[in-house]
Amino acid sequence: MTTASVLYDAPGPRARLRYRIYSVFAVAVAAAALWFVYRGLSDKGQFTAAKWKPFTESQVWSTYLLPGLRGTLEAAALSIVLALVLGMLFGILRMSDHRAIRWFAGVVVEISRAIPVLILMIFLYNLFAKQNVFPSDQLALAAAVTALTVYNGSVIAEIVRSGIRALPKGQSEAAVALGMRKTQVMVSILLPQAVTAMLPALISQMVVALKDSALAYQITYLEIVRSGAQLGAAEQNPIPSLIVVAIIMIILNYTLTVVATRVEKWLRTRKHGSRAVVPAATITAPPGMDALVSDVSLQKPQN
Amino acid sequence: MFDLISSYHTKLLDAFWVTIKLTAYSAFWALILGTIVAAMRVSPIPIARWIGTLYVNIIRNTPLTLIIVFCSLGLYSTLGLRLAAEGPNSISENNFRFAILGLSVYTAAFVCESLRSGINTVPFGQSEAGRSLGFTFGQNLRMVVLPQAFRAVIAPLGSVLIALTKNSTIASAIGVGEAALLMAEMNENEAAVLNIGAIFALGFVILTLPTGLFFGWLAKRFEVAR
Repeated sequence: MTTASVLYDAPGPRARLRYRIYSVFAVAVAAAALWFVYRGLSDKGQFTAAKWKPFTESQVWSTYLLPGLRGTLEAAALSIVLALVLGMLFGILRMSDHRAIRWFAGVVVEISRAIPVLILMIFLYNLFAKQNVFPSDQLALAAAVTALTVYNGSVIAEIVRSGIRALPKGQSEAAVALGMRKTQVMVSILLPQAVTAMLPALISQMVVALKDSALAYQITYLEIVRSGAQLGAAEQNPIPSLIVVAIIMIILNYTLTVVATRVEKWLRTRKHGSRAVVPAATITAPPGMDALVSDVSLQKPQN
Repeated sequence: MFDLISSYHTKLLDAFWVTIKLTAYSAFWALILGTIVAAMRVSPIPIARWIGTLYVNIIRNTPLTLIIVFCSLGLYSTLGLRLAAEGPNSISENNFRFAILGLSVYTAAFVCESLRSGINTVPFGQSEAGRSLGFTFGQNLRMVVLPQAFRAVIAPLGSVLIALTKNSTIASAIGVGEAALLMAEMNENEAAVLNIGAIFALGFVILTLPTGLFFGWLAKRFEVAR
């Protein structure tokens, strides 16, 4: 039973009839919208076999789509791993006992979140080009990965913070009572549990990294949207190419989302261990506001 | 840096004004569309729920760059749809409006999800009371649940708005003259990478920080005491 079903009663015979009429209406509207787009595109010859045939040829995949997909995955994987390291570091720094460190980490995280990733990418691209930090063929990848790392790192820092906050307080109290030092408490007690707790939020942050890697389209990095556009130009089928790219991305991201919710459910229902979980749909606080994250994530299973 | 600002100041103001306009218009349409989709997702009609879910899953998992490029390349160039009247500025005007379309459609999915979580914060007893007073689903949603849900999601909607402000830079992919496009142009003409970066970073900090604080204040102000 869905939580929202409290909004309406179980339908009686007349309500069922009414719902059926509304259903027909909703389907009609949706079908009309789809038909409009489909007709428009097919009038322009976008659904002729010639436009779609390229996707059955392995050569098209090996020259365009697969390298693009590889570019997307490479940028996303690199940046999520680096962001995890950076995020852990800054998440811990933000909880430091020293005010100066806390303040410094806070400013860095807030600013990284306030700047659009695309602006950061364009900046880094030009900076790296000027400073000759990377070979020219890796310039776009380096700029994309760095920008994504900075942004996702700052989000992960918040996730880490809420993951640690979601742990019962007795954990660190017991550790301190046993004579552990602050670093030991963090490294051997809090972090390992927090990582498990924030797993769902981390997986859904991967979706963000994967999607945002498409921003690198604008700094000429060969990711899947760019390769789709190139394929469209080469085969004269821009629309089908974009549709295929969209389908690939949707399947990829949807799978990750499903994995994130499964992991979340599993973490919530398993028998032992702390039940703290940072949900996959963690709402991160906007820059300048203190984390709402912690409020959302502190909800522990009811029973 | 100040040389740069003074020699580019009209262009900078224009570009950031376009960013603000993109954000404001898209926020308006996204709020409307998002509310409709959220209502569909909690409605008693299975097919409406199904369409709403499909919409959110498709849109949320597609890169925004792809959506905006599709709006321009697919709807504008290929389908020949027009959102602006013919005229000397028709191409840029159309691109601007298609960027708004793309941004709204994308953001609506997130507005919908925020709203839905807000609906979940309204205690069951209230809508049960509404129903026992004889309210229909629509009345219940409109008069009991949604007003409270909106108050509960002010802060999350603030995050959505900030994300939208930042996402509006992606409109440069189809040549809309907002901040990111001007930044790329300035980087081509000037050698001051660091200064240009600082100007645009500062611009966005100025746009997003007050928004965050304002929505935080608003959320506290309109909190439903329970």
